[in-house]
Amino acid sequence: MEHSTIKETRMDRLFTIGNYVILSLFLITILYPLIYITSASISSSEAVISGRVWLWPVQPTLMGYEAVFKHKLIVSGFMNSIYFTVVGTLINVVMTILAAYPLSRKDFFGKNTFMFLFVFTMMFSGGLIPTYLLVKDLGMLNTTWSMVLPGALGVWNMIITRTYFQTTIPDELLEASQLDGCNDFQFVMKIVLPLSGPIIAVITLFYAVGHWNSFFNALIYLKSQKLFPLQLVLRDILVQNDVDMNMLVDVQEAAKREGLRELLKYSLIIVATLPLMIVYPFVQKYFVKGIMIGSLKG
Amino acid sequence: MEALKQTAGIDSKAAARVSSPSPLKKIRKVWRLYVLIALPLLYIIIFKYVPMYGAQIAFRDFVVTKGITGSEWAGFKYFIRFFHSYDFGRLMINTIVLSVYSLVAGFPFPIILALSLNYVKNEFFKKSVQMITYAPHFISVVVMVGIILELLDPRNGIVNTIIKGLGFEPISFMGTPELFKSIYVWSGIWQSVGFSCIIYLAALASIDPSLHEAAVVDGANKLQRMWHIDIPGIMPIAIIMLIMNTGHMLDVGFEKVLLMQNPLNLRTSEVIDTYVYKVGLASQAMNYSYSSAIGLFKSVINLILLLMVNKIAQKTKQASLW
Repeated sequence: MEHSTIKETRMDRLFTIGNYVILSLFLITILYPLIYITSASISSSEAVISGRVWLWPVQPTLMGYEAVFKHKLIVSGFMNSIYFTVVGTLINVVMTILAAYPLSRKDFFGKNTFMFLFVFTMMFSGGLIPTYLLVKDLGMLNTTWSMVLPGALGVWNMIITRTYFQTTIPDELLEASQLDGCNDFQFVMKIVLPLSGPIIAVITLFYAVGHWNSFFNALIYLKSQKLFPLQLVLRDILVQNDVDMNMLVDVQEAAKREGLRELLKYSLIIVATLPLMIVYPFVQKYFVKGIMIGSLKG
Repeated sequence: MEALKQTAGIDSKAAARVSSPSPLKKIRKVWRLYVLIALPLLYIIIFKYVPMYGAQIAFRDFVVTKGITGSEWAGFKYFIRFFHSYDFGRLMINTIVLSVYSLVAGFPFPIILALSLNYVKNEFFKKSVQMITYAPHFISVVVMVGIILELLDPRNGIVNTIIKGLGFEPISFMGTPELFKSIYVWSGIWQSVGFSCIIYLAALASIDPSLHEAAVVDGANKLQRMWHIDIPGIMPIAIIMLIMNTGHMLDVGFEKVLLMQNPLNLRTSEVIDTYVYKVGLASQAMNYSYSSAIGLFKSVINLILLLMVNKIAQKTKQASLW
């Protein structure tokens, strides 16, 4: 306190204490469920069902995780999710840049009309059934395509990308390149893309998280289990409580099975969330940046 | 263009010609941009506008063999059927109550968090709180509902373990219709409070520091500064957020509601979107036309709300949708 240039009054000290109390409450409320689930996932199944786990792991074991990785659908779901996420995000990013760059150009004739066509789709949609029938008519039901094409472009991401182009790529750069005989294709490839690292990172993350976490499209478009993404498998297990017990080999007693079923769920929550949680601290600033650009509103 | 005008001299006619050539010329000059946008354009036409055209299914008696445009016209039959149906009132009330509840309950917390964080001097603590409070945002809706079900489980869940430990009867949270909305809303706040506060932190950061300096000179304490400088500083953005969110009144978190539903809580948990899904795709007797009519009804109300809200937002001269 002595080091601060402005002397804190008694009121200010009270304020600071109150402030830390409030923040600690936020912190505990958010952290506790996360810690509890993590602890439960590595505790013994008896401890979990008898309610002896409340903060730290009790009788640590990795049985839950073993069960997760023995579950064939979970492994294939994991693989499918990675595939949909990579391919889907790649398509998303390319499409987004293709749309955002022309719309960022002042001399793009018809810009406002095109912009309206895109923005209108944010405000009005044909609805679930007409979209479903379209996907069906295109013959994409129960194919990988139905996972990556219907959401090939997010208009919101396109708008923030466009805003980024408008604010960071000066007109002078374009004029200078044009004088040097650079056409628009070359300008995008050689000037725009190298300058767009941050925004590409932002939209890649937004799209990738969206793909990884989505389940509804898979629910309505996919029929065969071998195509199911992880989230759909998770839904069956976590929400529908539909665990194929044959997959939990070697467990005979009913009580043990019940315990293992619970343990499996906790472990599964961790396994499904961990990839994002590991990556997220490193990319957090990009998310924040994305929100900032988004709030600029073109 | 500007530079050209200046160097080319003062000939106003020539300048006019330079600044407004014919559309054809303008198009030819940037034809490559049209090539770039062709694919995204094709995408929205196929995947967004074709379904909008297909929404006419709501006005037809859809027969699979005849297709959408081949089926007989039915007029407003399905809309009227919906308005007169037993479910109509219940669906509207559930949808609106759920979204107003989310909106009102969820409004203050991100602001409180942002105001608090703004007064933390210790960077490490501040960064840690941000990191941890943002994290739940990345939990998928399926896992989120999984967490809710696990924690609230009547037999093994931690919440009921605590309740039993205190000597009370365990509560079947998911089986009690009256509790559905609160579980939905408060779990949503838990998940989104950190991420929603980002925008307020940005608004706080953009407040002119000289205001605070002047206030300190005038002898204002931190609480007074927060009340008289920070809160008025972020109010405009807070109000815009509130206005914009009311534009999405009928868009409740459909996926989460669907996952949280069970036969016991259906009375309070059925909303328009889940009903559309059930009537259209998940029931034994699928009725595409009826489902589409309900969906279209919702889309139209949504559009009207959004346009109104955008007008109001423009009036307040802060921001608009685009």
